[in-house]
Amino acid sequence: MIVLDRIERDFTVGDETVHALDQVSLEFSVGDYVSVMGPSGSGKSTLLNVLGLLDRPSGGSYRLQGTETTTLSEEGRAALRRAHIGFVFQAFHLIPRLTAADNIALPMVLAGVAPKERTQRVAEVLASLDLADRAHHRPDQLSGGQRQRVAIARAVVMRPTLLLADEPTGNLDQHAGSEVIALIEQLNAGGITLIVVTHDQAIGRRARRRIRMVDGRIDSDDTDEAA
Amino acid sequence: MRLPDLLAFAGRSLSGTRTRTVMMLLAMSIGVASVVVLTALGEGARRYVVGEFASLGTHLLIMLPGRTETTGGAPPLFGETPRDLTLDDALALLRERSIRRIAPLTVGNAPVSFGSREREVTVIGATHDFFPIRHLTIGSGQALPAIDPQRGATVAVIGSGLRRELFGSQQVLGQWVRINDRRFRVIGVIGEGGESLGQNLDDMIVIPVASAQSLFDSPSLFRILIEARSKDDIARAKQAAREIIRQRHDGEDDVTIITQDALLSTFDKILRALTYTVGGIAAISLAVAGILIMNVMLVAVSQRVAEIGLMKALGASRGQVLRIFLVEAVMLAASGALTGLLIAAAGIGVLRHLFPAFPLSAPLWAPLAAVAVAVGAGLLFGVLPARRAARLDPVQALTGR
Ligand SMILES: Nc1ncnc2c1ncn2[C@@H]1O[C@H](COP(=O)(O)OP(=O)(O)OP(=O)(O)O)[C@@H](O)[C@H]1O
Ligand SMILES: [Mg+2]
Repeated sequence: MIVLDRIERDFTVGDETVHALDQVSLEFSVGDYVSVMGPSGSGKSTLLNVLGLLDRPSGGSYRLQGTETTTLSEEGRAALRRAHIGFVFQAFHLIPRLTAADNIALPMVLAGVAPKERTQRVAEVLASLDLADRAHHRPDQLSGGQRQRVAIARAVVMRPTLLLADEPTGNLDQHAGSEVIALIEQLNAGGITLIVVTHDQAIGRRARRRIRMVDGRIDSDDTDEAA
Repeated sequence: MRLPDLLAFAGRSLSGTRTRTVMMLLAMSIGVASVVVLTALGEGARRYVVGEFASLGTHLLIMLPGRTETTGGAPPLFGETPRDLTLDDALALLRERSIRRIAPLTVGNAPVSFGSREREVTVIGATHDFFPIRHLTIGSGQALPAIDPQRGATVAVIGSGLRRELFGSQQVLGQWVRINDRRFRVIGVIGEGGESLGQNLDDMIVIPVASAQSLFDSPSLFRILIEARSKDDIARAKQAAREIIRQRHDGEDDVTIITQDALLSTFDKILRALTYTVGGIAAISLAVAGILIMNVMLVAVSQRVAEIGLMKALGASRGQVLRIFLVEAVMLAASGALTGLLIAAAGIGVLRHLFPAFPLSAPLWAPLAAVAVAVGAGLLFGVLPARRAARLDPVQALTGR
């Protein structure tokens, strides 16, 4: 499903060039559950942004479901992102003036889905995430865990094939964090490919495949045979 | 993104920053309102003048002695004084078919007295036709009788102001007034507000032209009012009148004929230009409002960087982000413009109430143009912030870098 071949991502700061991703080659299949760990600044977020087509690699090749993405235009990547990729951020990034339901509907609004279908799908997602009674609350009226669940609902409402989560529990307490993890694992069980960046060893160990990054390189890459 | 969704989204972000939006609406609406109200004033002035001309008479030509038009030729070597216009000249004009009626006029100043009261007033020598040609209404009594213009009569029609000053509340019809040393019987009073182009007939007295000629001991006419049969006859009447007078004046073309239409169209042009100018100046405030919109939108973009990054992460293309912010700017401008129209309507209503005689009304193009300029300004000045938003790098926008 995903093939990264010698991906590079360089940042130039002043005279210095930082290799945030240095010759990264990886493959992921549909339904994978992957955690990415590593010290701060090792390139985890950069990898996720490249995977999510938010960032453009400086070199190498990235094929998503058979499409070579590095040669796509900005608009082409936006279309792929819309169709295949859901993001979950550490900071939730809900729009404060919109209700939970409207935040969840936003990707469908951007994609031009008809209002009737939108309402129906939002209702479905809200129900499956146990958020139905919070539909008309604004983000500031929700707890952190609820906010992250709304953000997850928004990420999956377009039924993406790839869910990318960058420190999804970073702003949450233990309890809310494990709820969120349980939720995305449930989505993974439903077939979505899940890639989680985390600093939390306990969470990282839960994944069937665990990648460790150091200085923009893949330091280790372990997969459970049992799963 | 569907249009209703786009509008709803823009509306929601505008109402999210209420104070800013209200200030913006205020700026834009004041601009639009001033364009509409000022052009309404200009247009009102134009209509007022046109109305004044209409009350002067319809299909009217005015013949003056002497040639005052610039001919562009060398000045005449022999300084001939132009011949006077006489009553016979005037009556000769009636030969022409395209001329319906004429009013020969003389004008002079003389003391008018009744009992012990005396006023120095303008005395107009005229005929019966003077009243219909000038659209004058008779308040009480009658107009000058339709007698042979060559014959005098000791009757007078007085303005309502003069009536008040000389007679107070006394009965006036049938009374004898003295002009110089001659006595005239008052047979009518001109209706109130018998005024045209600043010439207030309220304080005048009108007597038969032949009587006035003998009163002032002068056979010459001040001017001749000529009424053409129809609008199409004006040009023919003008030419014919000139020709008739030339024959009578031994081939000298020594009169000036002013057509009311020519005067009118000159005034019309001047006042229209004035209206456009005033409207244009007011439109500058719309440009200022447009720049304010740009400012507001730039602030909005910088405050919503994370939101823009998010929208891109959710699959919004550059074009979409551009459209979202453009729609917001245009919506701001358009609702400001609509508010401005309401303010203008209210303002015009108040002015109408205060000055009922002034024909105040905005020409149709003014609100249309004002709204178009406002929306255009919103679009134009919205482009820069919207492009800035569209170009934001999603990763940097999301991480706040
Ligand atoms: N826009 C940028 N400009 C310059 N350098 C950048 C930029 N983005 C990332 N970097 C650099 O690239 C490297 C990798 O950054 P990245 O954000 O991927 O790290 P990370 O593994 O996610 O770290 P953390 O665990 O702290 O989130 C870092 O050295 C960082 O300083
Ligand atoms: Mg990171």
